[in-house]
Amino acid sequence: MASSTLASASAEAPPAARPGLLAKLRRRPAFAISSAIALVVCAMAAVPQAFAGWFGGGDPRKCDLVNSGLPPAPGHPFGFDIQGCDLYSNVVYGARSSVLIALLVTAGMIVVAVVLGSLAGYFRGWVDAVISRVMDVFFGFPALVGMIVLLQAASTHNEWTVSAVLILFGWPVLARVMRGSVLETATGEYVAAARGVGAGTARILLRHVLPNALGPVAVLTGLNVGGVIASESALTFLGVGLQTPAISWGVQLNTAQQYFVTSPHLLIFPSIFLTVTVLSFVLLGDSLRDAFDPRLRQEVARP
Amino acid sequence: MTRLESLPGYDAAAPLLAVSELRVRFGATTVVDGVGYEVDGGQTLAVLGESGSGKSVTARAIMGLVRPPRGAVTAGSARLRGVDLLTLAEEERRRLRGTTIAMVFQDALSALNPVLSVGYQIAELFRAHQGLSRKEAARRAVEVLDLVRIPSAARRARDYPHQFSGGMRQRVGIGLAIALNPQVIIADEPTTALDVTVQAQIIRLLGELQREHGTALVLITHDMGVVADIADRVAVMYAGRVVEQGAAAEVYARPAHPYTEALLGAIPRPELRGRRLAVIPGAPPDPGRPEPGCRFRPRCGYAGDACGQQPPAREIGPGRLTACHEWERVTTP
Amino acid sequence: MTTAVERETVLDVRDLVKHFPVRQGALRRTVGLLKAVDGVSLELRRGETLGIVGESGCGKSTLAKLLTAHERPTSGRVTVLGRSLHDLRGGELRRARRHVQLIFQDPYTSLDPRMTVAATVREPYDVNPDLAPRGDRDRLVRELLEAVGLNPDHGGRYPHELSGGQRQRVGIARALALRPEVLVCDEPVSALDVSVQAQIVNLLEELRERFSLAYVFIAHDLSVVRHLADRVAVMYLGKVVETGSEAEVYESAAHPYTRALLSAAPVPDPAARGTRQEIVLDGEPPSPVDPPSGCSFHPRCFMAEDGCARSAPVLEPVAGAGHLVSCHLARHPGGDGP
Repeated sequence: MASSTLASASAEAPPAARPGLLAKLRRRPAFAISSAIALVVCAMAAVPQAFAGWFGGGDPRKCDLVNSGLPPAPGHPFGFDIQGCDLYSNVVYGARSSVLIALLVTAGMIVVAVVLGSLAGYFRGWVDAVISRVMDVFFGFPALVGMIVLLQAASTHNEWTVSAVLILFGWPVLARVMRGSVLETATGEYVAAARGVGAGTARILLRHVLPNALGPVAVLTGLNVGGVIASESALTFLGVGLQTPAISWGVQLNTAQQYFVTSPHLLIFPSIFLTVTVLSFVLLGDSLRDAFDPRLRQEVARP
Repeated sequence: MTRLESLPGYDAAAPLLAVSELRVRFGATTVVDGVGYEVDGGQTLAVLGESGSGKSVTARAIMGLVRPPRGAVTAGSARLRGVDLLTLAEEERRRLRGTTIAMVFQDALSALNPVLSVGYQIAELFRAHQGLSRKEAARRAVEVLDLVRIPSAARRARDYPHQFSGGMRQRVGIGLAIALNPQVIIADEPTTALDVTVQAQIIRLLGELQREHGTALVLITHDMGVVADIADRVAVMYAGRVVEQGAAAEVYARPAHPYTEALLGAIPRPELRGRRLAVIPGAPPDPGRPEPGCRFRPRCGYAGDACGQQPPAREIGPGRLTACHEWERVTTP
Repeated sequence: MTTAVERETVLDVRDLVKHFPVRQGALRRTVGLLKAVDGVSLELRRGETLGIVGESGCGKSTLAKLLTAHERPTSGRVTVLGRSLHDLRGGELRRARRHVQLIFQDPYTSLDPRMTVAATVREPYDVNPDLAPRGDRDRLVRELLEAVGLNPDHGGRYPHELSGGQRQRVGIARALALRPEVLVCDEPVSALDVSVQAQIVNLLEELRERFSLAYVFIAHDLSVVRHLADRVAVMYLGKVVETGSEAEVYESAAHPYTRALLSAAPVPDPAARGTRQEIVLDGEPPSPVDPPSGCSFHPRCFMAEDGCARSAPVLEPVAGAGHLVSCHLARHPGGDGP
């Protein structure tokens, strides 16, 4: 009879729950190391005072031309820059603009990409046609040249202008991924099911499509952060990004190139910080992607 | 090809294919746990089971398709006329694959290379295994396509896999398997993806080919109708073990394992209209968390104290096996 | 139970047509029409189950989407409780389509992986606030979960924590939340194992009685359809070729396609092997983009005569008034054709 079927059905055992995403991530050494470094860099950006004073110095603006270009000395582990300022505290303070730009650019790109990508992928038709053609224009255009031209024309060169230019040339990559992801998600049966019970467009987009379509974009964004930091340094190094007296790794490298033979430490220390930071963000994004990748997840879930 | 005779362990009197005590592990999970069955030339053995029962993994293990790091065969043997496939060198095994034992997959498309014509792929078999010339091999490929009843075979041999419909693809897959005239064919859910009318064509084709060539056919399926239609013998699998084995007509008429009995009761039949179907309560066990004793015990209506022990395969008649402590209660009406 | 005559018609379908344009090339020009559903008329009364059988590509899934307003028809009419879905817009349409809910084939793709069971079943109430006051919703969700045989305490689980059968139960609970008159089930059990399939079939029967639901039950498995259906419609290339009561279609099939379909279905009884007459059709269903002339079944038909390629047959009654067949030869088997 009815009751027996129902009782038996409730007894149906669910398959074993999969290990959580975080638990799996923690088991990856690459994730542990890279996230630790990334955290330190972010902390440096937030409170450089706490790090800069470790060896006695601490004020990046306290300079004495007498020390110009001197190699590492007690209390000044990285030596002095051309202005005679403590290089260690300058490098520490340099993290701030890198991280700030990375945050601004990432946030900006996500907003633009999610909005435009979702519109294109969900509504398709002419909306998609317009957005996709605009993306194509950006893909066909040499981005570096575009960024240099725009920045040279700009009257101010601070974190905001550099970020704006990086967002302008960076969003299409993310938006295209978002569009594809939304296209796929929107045709899913659970979206049809939600529409079937009467859910409106806004609810379907925000409750069902967006949360399920964000995965690939989130992963790509993670991979992108390292690239943004590197791009900012490159633009600054080329002389069109941040400019002195701003403190940034790019500015430091730009100055250092002329004195490389006489004072190699000017180039080496900022480079190490830049490389390690970029590398750790790339690795972090990488392990996040591995953890999110549905194919890898399946490997874990089934025998 | 008569390579088999020269291999160690060859015994002309041994069954064509005999699998015994086969164990397969994926990671820490044992998915095939001591499976054994036999099939002889001209016979069809159906391996019946639901998803996760280990029926396909067993077949892949026999074919040597279960390899580290994904999985490993940890015990048991799969003998072709006494020659243990599992201990053979990979090179020897590769030569037997196709010539002596071949497999038909559920999705024939996945077994075909999308950028090569179908005729070329079949011809490649003849060139690799029999050293035929390109021209001769191509002629034989057309013969094979003809044999699996593909209309205008000569023209279609030049087509690519995606140009074939579902049923035609499955014919090509069967053609690939029988091209070198193997003695054993393992067909893994060959008709599951097909429509009823096309399924009937493929089942009929497999039966005809088997009768013409005296092949041993191992048909892996979850469809009890297909089993009843074509199988001489049937082995019912549950949670990595064979729970019952015997002549198909016997097993269907008088199941000796509660699982088989429940499965047969769960099929909708015309005389059951308007009544509730018999259901098997619960769901199959999680192979990652094996419990001691009979695997079917938690869902079984006959379970008693003895079922805490794993039941051995008991011979209850000629060629009739059941792994159930309570089989006598199951068979008495 | 009341007789069919007294029962109200809940779903009425007239000459339903759905053609999809087939586009090709860079300019996406329309090069042909895929006639997925090509003139289907059906009627469903309260508490009745109409089975629809057919092979892949016969248009049965498109029909399911048309009946539940997931697709707009090219022409024709779907009338739910006397209101034509096509005359309605916006809120009116939303209220009307509540009465006809779809149960999806694949319980793995039809649930939002990021929503809990309770949230999924609650969604219909959240988007249709007039259905139930906010305070009652959690209680209603628990009742629904219980009705479909799920433990109401497990509402916090996510789809990936459930088995296939449990997921299908969640899908059914979600559809029931809107208190529909009709459930359109599109192959609801074909993704499930035999033992679980029986659980869901039993559940659908229980719910039918408890909520006096009407079902449109679409499947390729003839035995499951036979088990549940009062009436059956057989589809081939977008058209209904035979319809009648369960007994009429299964016991005295008149259309050659129905006869071939029934004979091709394997019978789970080895003793019956060789005793039944088997009609094995040649080839596979042709493409609905360019269907054959005349009777679309004639190239595969074992009875076809010259006239079958020339003129298309229409659905006409054979023996009983409710048993309709679209075949020139059905009324006079082996007769002299049209």
